Amino acid sequence: MSSAAAHTAHQAPTGFIRKYIFSLDHKVIGIQYWFLALFSVFIGMFLSLLMRFHVVFPDMKVGLFETLWPTGASGGVMTPELYLSLMTMHGTIMVFFVLTTAPQSGFGNSFLPIQIGAEDMAFPVLNMLSFWTTFIALIVMLAAFFVEGGAPLGGWTAYPPLSGLGAIAGPGQGMGQTLWVVSIAIFCGASLMGAINFIATTMDLRAKGMTFMRLPLTCWTWLVTAILGLLGFAVLLAAGILLLLDRSAGTSFFIPAGLVVNDQVMNHKGGSPLLWQHLFWFFGHPEVYIAILPGMGVTSQVLSVFARKPIFGYRAMVYAIMSIGFLGFVVWGHHMFMSGMSPYSSMAFSVLTMTIGVPSAIKTFNWIGTLWGGQIRFTTAMMFALGFVSLFISGGISGIFLGQPALDLYLHDTPFVVGHFHMIMGVAAIFGMFAGTFYWFPKMFGRMMHEGLGKLHFYLTFIGVYAIFTPMHFLGIAGNPRRYADFKDVEYMAGLMSVHEFMTYAAFFTAASQLIFVINLIWSWTKGPKAPANPWEATTLEWSVPSPPPFDNFGGVHPVVHHGPYEYSVPGAPKDYVMQTDPPLVPGTVKH
Amino acid sequence: MFLAPVVWILTIAICVLFMGKFWWFPPPINAHGVAYDQQFALTLIVTGIIFFIAQMALGYAIFRYRSNGQPVEFSHGNNKLEALWTSAAAVLFVGLVLMGTKIWAGVHFEKAPADAVEIQVLAKQFAWAFRYAGPDGKYGRTDIKFINDANGNPFGIDESDPAGKDDIVNAALKVPVGKPILLVMRSRDVIHNFFVRELRMKQDLVPGMEIPFHFRTDKTGTFEIPCSELCGLGHSQMRSTMEVMSEADFEKWKKDQLAQK
Repeated sequence: MSSAAAHTAHQAPTGFIRKYIFSLDHKVIGIQYWFLALFSVFIGMFLSLLMRFHVVFPDMKVGLFETLWPTGASGGVMTPELYLSLMTMHGTIMVFFVLTTAPQSGFGNSFLPIQIGAEDMAFPVLNMLSFWTTFIALIVMLAAFFVEGGAPLGGWTAYPPLSGLGAIAGPGQGMGQTLWVVSIAIFCGASLMGAINFIATTMDLRAKGMTFMRLPLTCWTWLVTAILGLLGFAVLLAAGILLLLDRSAGTSFFIPAGLVVNDQVMNHKGGSPLLWQHLFWFFGHPEVYIAILPGMGVTSQVLSVFARKPIFGYRAMVYAIMSIGFLGFVVWGHHMFMSGMSPYSSMAFSVLTMTIGVPSAIKTFNWIGTLWGGQIRFTTAMMFALGFVSLFISGGISGIFLGQPALDLYLHDTPFVVGHFHMIMGVAAIFGMFAGTFYWFPKMFGRMMHEGLGKLHFYLTFIGVYAIFTPMHFLGIAGNPRRYADFKDVEYMAGLMSVHEFMTYAAFFTAASQLIFVINLIWSWTKGPKAPANPWEATTLEWSVPSPPPFDNFGGVHPVVHHGPYEYSVPGAPKDYVMQTDPPLVPGTVKH
Repeated sequence: MFLAPVVWILTIAICVLFMGKFWWFPPPINAHGVAYDQQFALTLIVTGIIFFIAQMALGYAIFRYRSNGQPVEFSHGNNKLEALWTSAAAVLFVGLVLMGTKIWAGVHFEKAPADAVEIQVLAKQFAWAFRYAGPDGKYGRTDIKFINDANGNPFGIDESDPAGKDDIVNAALKVPVGKPILLVMRSRDVIHNFFVRELRMKQDLVPGMEIPFHFRTDKTGTFEIPCSELCGLGHSQMRSTMEVMSEADFEKWKKDQLAQK
């Protein structure tokens, strides 16, 4: 795998800048991504609290709003356009800079090379570039708050014509929307670089004996996610450039002729709003799996470690990951049942959508199968992984409703959809990140996290997210329309405001609970007990090296792999776990 | 260990809330709505059972297999079980879709009957307009250059076309009960969505497209139409109503409208 040249290029840097800022070390880059996501998740959460507050108290004067947005909330009362811009930015920041960034780029960068026995990613310079490009994308995105007209109000899906017409379509639709499109295009570039790197690394840099069927499931999910990213972000990049041209160069890819906006006739001809939706969701649906697959990998990993049992049905899990990856590309039309596309294609997309529920169900059964007959150790990481399974079941079940065009006739564009995707792609994925954080923190930072605080944080968050997102399903069933700044003009909404109030209180409660996590992080980082090499008695390669690992991961040694990734409680083995690098067990004594 | 009881209690609470129907659909106003509610109930029962069993089993595994020094049942899996739950899930999920096909077909595959009352729907930021052809049964010619919202001409009806003289344009939708209705839906600027809860139907209005949408209602009453696709800063104020009237009232309403012109 490695040549002498690669070795000389891979000396540990000594200067602060090369070591911590423009680092080529995958472990540092992983931590950089992780902090970028942590910063973003707090912004995204803050925006959601402002939204929840406004929905319930639309007329209340709040000094803070006016301080933050002198025009959008002049007099302290939030305008509908400000609300919609907060909503757009909440979705965008959460989807791109949190859900895409932490599970894949953060944990993947940190642990893919070590888990497969490599010294670093295949292309360290490209790796550094992809992080800093992501960073620039985030800066450009946040800049949208500070330009004239503020952030865009067209939602994270940015449907044209609303997103293609410029400032005439609304305050944030001028410079704010332009920055949004530019940021997303930059982000696509960064993600493509990352995807190529992940794929090349997994294909080429596996240690001796690390066959594909010995890869930890985390590596499988990172690999398939990278392939999804490579195909998905390429299409989104193209769509973004076309949208930018429609906005600034007078083209008409997405904007048809004869539009009259604000009493002005638009000078566009021959575009199709549905084209954007097809391109966007061709990326957008795989994006859901980009967000959730790594969480599935972490959950599989953590469940097996702390149940002290091999993962149930390893091969079935691998095939399920692959089929989710493949089917993820042929179901995008289920976002468009009400869009005016051919109702016949809706039927095809619907059957395919139900088919993708099958590998998801397989994974759930296998997780419960892994626990069955085990010896569960309740660490915080394990609790979050168990929480992931529960949320994944809940969020998946509502998909069975929405995947049917017949039922989508009513539920589309209601909070039923919002509840569904927040459960499965939002909080389940975030539970995967928390599980990953509590599991790998010792390896990343060399210190143990506080388990008591961790469990308290887990319980409050677990109950909190159910309290926020379960009621959304009832609102949807009652016909609550989606993306409304307030409900003053819809009479039947009066009877549902108590549900909204409950959700708002639950959101503030859950957000406050996250302070426990922040305290835990700071405490653990500065005062946590020093972590041993393998605190969880786990089997994969990252636990065979010190915490944190040396610069080249294995101290110049090339690890050789002899075992599968989940050999726990093997009958006849000396310990209750067999590390992947342990020598082969004596044949005859062990049933393998 | 608290986690198992927490999972159980949450599961039971969610099931009770869904069974209690505390926040639920308004009553349907036609046969499609009744069929919709049946398909929803069927899906709810099937998924409810899966939800309950899966969450309870998860809680049970958490409780039963907590570390107590018991031996671990070493296993790498069971192919028979994998095959069983894979095929069970496939049959169940695809079966549900197929059962709902008739409802979807009724809305989208079947054409509106020839005698349907045709109404043009125009959505714009942030209002609805509904246009009836008048006694001559013909719509007047329209052109972008005649559009004038302030003068009540959002469609841009050409005053010089005699066919347009008796066109009725109204901000609220009025339909006769028991008759097939065909809405021909267009948008003038961005995407909007027509949604009436009691009809159990919604449809995007897409600029550049003309989308037919047909239904009939069996009950009179007034029902709200909240715009259901994000259309800009006034999205939450873009509301109209659909009034379902007896046929006599509907004819009288049209006459009154013409008299006022």
